[in-house]
Amino acid sequence: MTKRWDPAQAEAIVRAHAQLEGPLLPILHALSAEFGCVPEEATALVAEELNLSRAEVHGVISFYHDFRREPRGKIVVKLCRAEACQAMGGREAAEAVLAHFKLGWGDTNGDRSVTIEPVYCLGLCAAAPAALVNGAPSARVEPARLIAAIEAMR
Amino acid sequence: MSRVFVPGDALAVALGADAVAYALRNAGAGIVRTGSRGLAWLEPLIEVETAGGRVGYGPVGVGDVSALLNAGVLSGGAHALRVGRVEDHPWMRGQKRITFARCGVVDPLSVEDYVAHGGLQGLKRALEIGFAATIEEITQSGLRGRGGAGFPAGVKWKGAADAQASRKYVVCNADEGDSGTFADRMLMEGDPMSLIEGVAIAAFAIGASKAFVYSRSEYPHANATFQKALAAVRATGGLGPHAFGPNHAFDIELRIGAGAYVCGEETALLESLEGKRGQVRAKPPLPVHAGLFGKPTVINNVLTLATAPWIMANGAKTYADIGHGRSRGTMAIQLAGNVKYPGLYEAPFGLTLGQIVHDIGGGTASGRPVRAVQCGGPLGAYFPPTLFDTPYDYEAFAARDGLIGHGGVVVFDDTVDMAAQARFALEFCAIESCGKCTPCRIGSVRGQEVIDRILAGENREANLVLIEDLCQTLKLGSLCALGGFTPYPVMSALKYYPDDFQSATAYDAAVAKR
Repeated sequence: MTKRWDPAQAEAIVRAHAQLEGPLLPILHALSAEFGCVPEEATALVAEELNLSRAEVHGVISFYHDFRREPRGKIVVKLCRAEACQAMGGREAAEAVLAHFKLGWGDTNGDRSVTIEPVYCLGLCAAAPAALVNGAPSARVEPARLIAAIEAMR
Repeated sequence: MSRVFVPGDALAVALGADAVAYALRNAGAGIVRTGSRGLAWLEPLIEVETAGGRVGYGPVGVGDVSALLNAGVLSGGAHALRVGRVEDHPWMRGQKRITFARCGVVDPLSVEDYVAHGGLQGLKRALEIGFAATIEEITQSGLRGRGGAGFPAGVKWKGAADAQASRKYVVCNADEGDSGTFADRMLMEGDPMSLIEGVAIAAFAIGASKAFVYSRSEYPHANATFQKALAAVRATGGLGPHAFGPNHAFDIELRIGAGAYVCGEETALLESLEGKRGQVRAKPPLPVHAGLFGKPTVINNVLTLATAPWIMANGAKTYADIGHGRSRGTMAIQLAGNVKYPGLYEAPFGLTLGQIVHDIGGGTASGRPVRAVQCGGPLGAYFPPTLFDTPYDYEAFAARDGLIGHGGVVVFDDTVDMAAQARFALEFCAIESCGKCTPCRIGSVRGQEVIDRILAGENREANLVLIEDLCQTLKLGSLCALGGFTPYPVMSALKYYPDDFQSATAYDAAVAKR
């Protein structure tokens, strides 16, 4: 499970990366890894530590698809929507998985067990359609099998 | 006990390679995890070391392991999954492996293995002949940027070498976002040390002491392997304070993007590395003059840099003697989508698209006729079979309003709805636009609406003119390739598949007839 927001710990994370050249993305990745997201409270803290404006930090967080304000669910499913997967039935597979969990792209279900995100290429195009389930790659995805695997993890 | 090589490549892992490795290890086999050879339909493709060479078996499921052991797999015994020596496989024999010579062969984390397979010879020679001769060598080889733009690598390096600055950088673009491409990923997982060596050669040539490799968060396995490879090289002193000799420091840092396709564009990538929104910069100034943190920067794709060691070790002429027209050397063609034999096929430029799709790819996986092939990623044109005589070469593709890009070839069978593909190209552009220039930010959204109107039969003729006009605006008025090339898939779909745009139901009716 992801941890509750902890300003002291967040500050330690920021300081641990502050010496890097261009530290903002590594910091945001580290905060995401620790807290499951980059919550609103992080903006001012990061801005202060890096001597940036809050607007600049907010601008960066909102630009990148990976940085979210709310934590994802326990199981994060990234389904590829790109062309090579489309050529192998990726559209239909994605629709079936979304429909089963009654979710739209990027949504998390009520008990926060599952988040389904679109992704545009996982580099597994030679065994399409592809998905990542909590970072584990999955290829030649069949909706029924994938749904069963996700359900087993819930 | 003979060793068994089991790929640890993300695609092989996705198809169950970890479980196969575990079962074989439990049976007492010595396991070496390698990258992938690129024969994706045979993955997991395991190889057993025998007196007669490395014998392959694939695709191996965990359920096949006990039968394989009973058949004497550890001494290369006969079994239905046995494919013989992998080098002798027809799919491998037709290739010319330069950039991918070691991929799938060596242990990607072993410096010793890398050196035993010819590694570090290129850097050694560069250090001997000096930076100017190194740049001359890369220039003479004809090596062009493999990220898609095809810009001569040597010219870029010279520009940065000639620039005067207190600090310079090499940046490796490993943000391989194009759908249908996976060569950078495979190389980082299968032979990361060739990339490290290539980055080092570039850094030595331009006088940089620091390099960044900017990869993507969608590639967790590649990133983990590359990070371990950096640590392994650092442990030998190959990176660090004396990398290029006493007190001649050099090091590489891996950075990970955050899910923005546009960061594969070089100036957006530099912004992202600096910790900003990944917005495209107007050029000039060129990155070789004012790049990362305003300093002279060489930014090259993974494959460009990973090919430099081979060129330095074998000589520019050997490389330049291979190829077609102004496209010298080999290209890592990545066959994907609806194709019978998908994977990575490295060959000299000059094969025709038809040879790639039919002779190498074996046609579609579904067995239905090929209808369209998208070359060069999501911003590449759709080619119909009537253009299959096009030679695989930068200029030949450009002459037919297409691009080879980073080498992706995505095959579609005759069930594809080309109006949906055209619409998706615009949707993707809208999702991934950095927002800096209006044609891309707004035009991509308006374009989707126009296609919807065409399919709904609203003012069809006028809207067909409008979409063409809009595409011209995107092509000529966008700051970077995202907006500038999105028209390629759209216009090619309209040009070669006009029937699909007749109405929203035209496609269904046509498929029913096929």
